[in-house]
Amino acid sequence: MSNPKPLQTPLSDERVRELRVGDRVAITGIVYTARDAVHKHLATGGDLPGGADLRGGVVYHCGPVAVRGDDGRWQIVAAGPTTSFREEPYQAEIIRKFGLRAVIGKGGMGSKTLEALRQYGCVYLHAVGGAAQVLAECVTAVQSVWFLDEFGAPEAMWKLAVKDFPAVVTMDANGNSLHELIRASSQTELARALSNSA
Amino acid sequence: MQALEQSLTELIRRTSCDLPQDVRKALLLARSCEANDSLAASVFETIHRNIDLACSRTRPICQDTGSVLFYVTAPTSFDRTAFRRLASRCVTTATAEGYLRPNSVDPITGRNDGTNVGPGTPTFYFEDGSDPVITIKLMLKGGGCENVGAQYSLPDPRLGAGRNLEGCRKAVLHAVFQAQGKGCSPGVLGICIGGDRATGYEHSKTQFLRRLDDTNPDPTLRDFEEDILRSANGLGIGPMGFGGKTTLLAAKACALNRLPASYFVTVSYMCWAFRRQGVVLDQTGHITQWLY
Repeated sequence: MSNPKPLQTPLSDERVRELRVGDRVAITGIVYTARDAVHKHLATGGDLPGGADLRGGVVYHCGPVAVRGDDGRWQIVAAGPTTSFREEPYQAEIIRKFGLRAVIGKGGMGSKTLEALRQYGCVYLHAVGGAAQVLAECVTAVQSVWFLDEFGAPEAMWKLAVKDFPAVVTMDANGNSLHELIRASSQTELARALSNSA
Repeated sequence: MQALEQSLTELIRRTSCDLPQDVRKALLLARSCEANDSLAASVFETIHRNIDLACSRTRPICQDTGSVLFYVTAPTSFDRTAFRRLASRCVTTATAEGYLRPNSVDPITGRNDGTNVGPGTPTFYFEDGSDPVITIKLMLKGGGCENVGAQYSLPDPRLGAGRNLEGCRKAVLHAVFQAQGKGCSPGVLGICIGGDRATGYEHSKTQFLRRLDDTNPDPTLRDFEEDILRSANGLGIGPMGFGGKTTLLAAKACALNRLPASYFVTVSYMCWAFRRQGVVLDQTGHITQWLY
């Protein structure tokens, strides 16, 4: 298998549009965690906190396990992706409004997001669900955290420095979705399995 | 009491950070079925590296440490109220130590107080045992896989599923199709045929307390499980829904009597990060045996 393609944040439109479904990538730079509460906040007129810049940026659907050391510094001890589909009502608007270039999550997203990826130049990157240690190992520093009190630790927005964070392009900026392909082929197989036994 | 507290904390730590042998064995077997250089194979590489890292660092395998479910078998003299209190305290301690994520959220206010203890959390199931020993099993079940669980009321005209095993098969395979990779495949299905809406889900989940390599003593259910496993893997959904040969690691089914008017088939899905452990305790609360 070929080496993963390196992606350094912030990402450009050109860089993102070169990527294709099935490409493995390794992300280095800054990612912002955001899940249900942050997505709702940002998609319904809420402000981005001062110090957060999503232009050319990467949002990670993740609610990490974080512990605070005696020196007050946060450490991310587990950080795999959460199911992305819950953000489907909000994602397209956030891509448009804040200029995201990549969304990391798991399970894939729907047609509204796929269209926004194509229109605004963004990709959906699938990390391995459950691989909280492999992925936490790629987090080199916690740079900030917002909404900790309002939303609780899993739903807070964490600004993380990452190095060689592994993921697979499963929805690209050219209208292709691995999730749609697998859904269609598995539907055919399902019909076959059900007719065989009738 | 202090020994019991230590034992429970250790049970939580190990359940969150280390996968049981039967699950590891199933994952190794599954990896060997996938083509080299496939995305499916690369998912297995990551999964195995993750299991090793979590174990060696004593850190959670998955950041979603899920619902905390205790299954306790103890003599009738066992003080359940005291146990609930003590186990809840251990859950809060394990949360502060980073073995559990604070996962208990007030649905009305959205508040998460960080303790992991509140109405309904953690969850306890008690059974009376005849032995003086106490058996405690713990399951940590993440939200992603919990969300893809499904319950069907047969007949289901959408699926053409009638009130028989063939109808159950259609419903169960439909649930696997609907889940795609969202439950963190390769997963394990717990299936309950019959029961009511509540017992259906309860018993579909207790199927996860069975060892993955056991054999159902009921030959009809054994054949059903084998058929579901083979047919689900034929769908080609694969690890993470990337495509591949392994969509499920196992399927486990049970049957409960139903009302004449009702015919439910209930499916619970457990992700590959199949976190369940169990201990046998002596009367002083010390661990005498690990169960998985």
